[in-house]
Parts: sequence; structure tokens; C-alpha cells
Amino acid sequence: MTELVIVSGKGGTGKTSLVGSLAALSRDKVLVDCDVDAADLHLILKNKIQKTSEFTGGKQAFIVEEDCTNCGLCPEYCRFDAIKHEELTTGAEKERYWIDKHACDGCGVCVRHCPENAIAFKEVISGEWYLSDTPYGPLVHARLGFAQANSGKLVSLLRQQARLLADKRGLDLIIVDGPPGIGCPVIASITGAGYILIVTEPSMSAMHDMERLLQLTKHFRIPTGICINKSDINPVLTSQIEEFAKNEKVRILGRIPYDPSVTAAQLEGATVVEYDVNGASESVKLLWSNLTEELKE
Amino acid sequence: MGKDVAYLDCDVEEPNGRIFLKPEITEQIDVTVPVPRVDLDKCTFRGECSAACEYHAIAVLGKAVEVFASLCHGCGGCSDICPEDAIEEIPRTIGHISRGVGMGVEFLEGRLNVGEAISPPVTKALKKLAITSDVAIIDAPPGTSCPVIEAINDTDFVILVTEPTPFGLNDLKLAVGMVREISLPFGVVINRSDIGDNKTDEYCHRERIDVLKKIPFSRRLAEAYSRGEMMFGVDSEYEKSLRELYENIAGRSNHD
Repeated sequence: MTELVIVSGKGGTGKTSLVGSLAALSRDKVLVDCDVDAADLHLILKNKIQKTSEFTGGKQAFIVEEDCTNCGLCPEYCRFDAIKHEELTTGAEKERYWIDKHACDGCGVCVRHCPENAIAFKEVISGEWYLSDTPYGPLVHARLGFAQANSGKLVSLLRQQARLLADKRGLDLIIVDGPPGIGCPVIASITGAGYILIVTEPSMSAMHDMERLLQLTKHFRIPTGICINKSDINPVLTSQIEEFAKNEKVRILGRIPYDPSVTAAQLEGATVVEYDVNGASESVKLLWSNLTEELKE
Repeated sequence: MGKDVAYLDCDVEEPNGRIFLKPEITEQIDVTVPVPRVDLDKCTFRGECSAACEYHAIAVLGKAVEVFASLCHGCGGCSDICPEDAIEEIPRTIGHISRGVGMGVEFLEGRLNVGEAISPPVTKALKKLAITSDVAIIDAPPGTSCPVIEAINDTDFVILVTEPTPFGLNDLKLAVGMVREISLPFGVVINRSDIGDNKTDEYCHRERIDVLKKIPFSRRLAEAYSRGEMMFGVDSEYEKSLRELYENIAGRSNHD
């Protein structure tokens, strides 16, 4: 089984549109959307959700007000500044302590120190994950709750579910739409993957982000290729990316010109290769054929 | 803006502001997180630290203790619980902050080291350094989880930048959910406002969300951006338009 992960470092490079087209061009695979903060892939894959499951990512501390004596000990132990204190003007109590759920890191240190056992420590539901059917194959995706942590754990869960599904259905390819950045959810998306495709564009920002991403994939020793999207927006920078790739001994697998049909396809909820067979589509097909070669090796 | 302004690049995984502001960096500060170091002479290998660690960052295996530094959140729980006082915490560098001046603006950038997973401590350290300026403009990372929350927490106003496409609208709805969850005032800027449909406008109208500005697609702007040039340098109309945007927000947040 091969896992192909498509990442871009920065948002807006056209990564998800590209993954949609690769979904339409490839056969016998499981699709995974690991951009759990802002999952968009399903919007162009005509998905039908078959199964919804809750995701519990970690624990959180809660002060039980009836049991709290306002001793003020817990904030001293919290390294995440999550325990807040306020003076009260109404009611019987003069003050109260409470835990900011967005700041709580779920470490449990305050829970152990509370002399009154007034801090509860509970698993929290921090998102949902879905198994969908699409005309292109099964799709595993998720929705992290607003302002929730543990996106890396959710990503790992999605990849694990995708592998189980691929095994069960005898599919030997997994295509993963990765999150932006280089941190926790990205590391969770790429560790142990078979091949990484970095989607970049000829801008100073995207090049900078691509370089850091390439350092990361080298750090994890995963074979990597590059696709230059909107390659005609700045031909000077496109040739700089090519030069950079040559020095880094990374293959450029595709150059896709800027094409308004990419947005037009998205508005129709369709993939580019199905929406318009000309323009960007031809470049995407060439990219897929190069990518297939790389995956065989 | 005629004020003491700081620009904070809190997109610490992929900081790009430097490309546009071209600052002269005068200072670099390491960002560290405390990680445990175990004194094996004192350790009795009972594994209390490992049982207490919610992040699976420390494991006791027979007569050995393994610390997985990249999983450690630096909560101090292990050293706190150790009955033998065998764990001390040592600082581990996960990134750095660069400080300087670019185009007359105080420039601060956080940069997570490649290979590190946990970015919020870099953002937190960066924001603590910037409390002296009148106005701090924070460039936040993408998404709706911890790195973004750390960047926008305790701010006076949030601008959500979107584009009028199905992806843009879906992500905008998630971002709106996030800022409403933490109760921050916000408005929307629609970039490339003429490339898609009007569902973003309809959504904002329905939800009573202020659309602060619409910026139509311009190939000239895209090309200038690709070269690392500022938007206001492309056309004086943009400069005027961005000034209006700033005045509009400064007027509401009561923090001018």
C-alpha cells in the first residue's frame, strides 16, 4: 500500500483543487482530507456521508464551583495561564476561579494539586470524523470543533482509518490532502508516508514555505516531488524554483498554468479535469503520469 | 499611520511578513520550552512520571527512562510528581524570535524550527515582547485550532480574509465559528471579490457580519505579490483603500 500526501506549506496554492483532480484521474484508492481545521476536499467530490463518529482528542480540567474554596493554589501550578480569577459583585461568593477551556492544555497538574478535589478532569469531544462515499472512491474526512486542540491526533486517526479501509477493500493507494504549515498536523500527516508532493507557486512567499517544507520531508527522509501551480504568473520565479529543485535533487513533476477554469470548476462542485479538458487539465494529467512513475519506484 | 506600530508575524510555521517588510533584524531571541531530564542515580523507576504525563512524552522501561522531547508540552507534571526529586527541567530551543525595523514599523517574527510540532509557545513568547507599541498588527496562521487561537487571543479586533468561492466560504464559516466561540469582534475582507459567486455576500448579510472591504482580482496585484511587493505600492487607490480599512477598525475597537 502506498500513501501519497499532497502538502503546500501555505494556503491558496490550489492544493485541494489538485487533489480533487488526482482523485478523478486515479483508480482503486482511498482519499483522506487531513486538513482537519478547514476541510474542503469533499466540496468538489460530491460526497455522501455514510458514517459519522465522535472524536475525543484529550482531557480538560473543570473547576467544580460547589467544592472550590477559592484557596488560589491551582493558578500557581498552571503553566498555560488557563486558570482565571474574578471578583464577584453579586451572589453569596466574593470571588471565583474558572478554567479557560481554550487555554487549558489538559495536562492535569492542577487536578492533582487541588486540596479539595474540586477540579474534574474529563475527556472532551473535540470534533467529528466521517466516512463518505464519492464517485471516486471512499473519502475519510473530519471536522475539528471550533477553537479545539489536538488536530495532530485527529489526523493520525484519519490516516489509521484510511489504512484499515484500504486493507479491507484491497485498495493499494491512499491519497492524502495535507494541512498547511509545518507543525503538528503536518508532521502527523507525513510521518511514515510513501511519497510527498509539494504544491507551490511562483511567489516569494510560496517559495519560502516550500523550502521549509522540503527541509521537513528531508528530515523525515520521505521521497518528495514538486508541482508548480500558476507557473506562468511569474516566469522568473518559476525558473528559480526549477533551479532550486535541481540543486536539491528534487524532481519537478508538473507545471500547471494559471487557468480560471480551476475556480469555475470549484463553483460547480466539480474537479478541474472533468470540468474543462483543455488548459490546466492537460498539465494535471501530465503531472499524474509523472507521479505514477515516481510511486512505482 | 502616524503611530507607534508593531507588526507581529505569528504565522510561525511559515512566516512570510519579512519578504514584504524587508526589515533590518537587530536582535534574535531563542524560544525554549522546559523538558525533563532524569537523574538515573536518584530514579527508582516506579513510572509515576509516565503515568502522569498526558502527552506520552516520558516512558519508564525497566531500568531506563525515555524522554520524547518533541511530544513534551512543558507542563512540569513529571518533575512535580516525582517522589525521588529525580527530574529537573532543562530548556530546549524550539524556535526563535527576530526583532528589527522594516519600513518604519517595529518588526517581530516568530519562527518554529523545522521538525518541531508545537508552535503556540513561539507565538506566546512573541506576543509578550510586543506589549509596548500603540498598535500591534498580528499576522495569524491559517486554520481554526491552537496556533490560531494563541495568535488571536486577547486581541481587540479580528479581520477574516476570504475569497468568494466554495472553499473560501466553507473556511470563512469555520473561522466565524472560531471567533464567535472566543467572543472577539470581527469583520470580513473579501479578496479577489470578483472571481466567484455572491454566496459569501449573502452569508455575511444573513449572519449580520460586516464586509469591511472587497478587493477585486488584479493580475498586476498578483504579480506584485509574487515578487514580494506591497499592495499599496501597486496603485495609490489601494493605499487609500487600506487607510480607510484601518480607520474603520481603529474607530470601532476604541483602542486608537
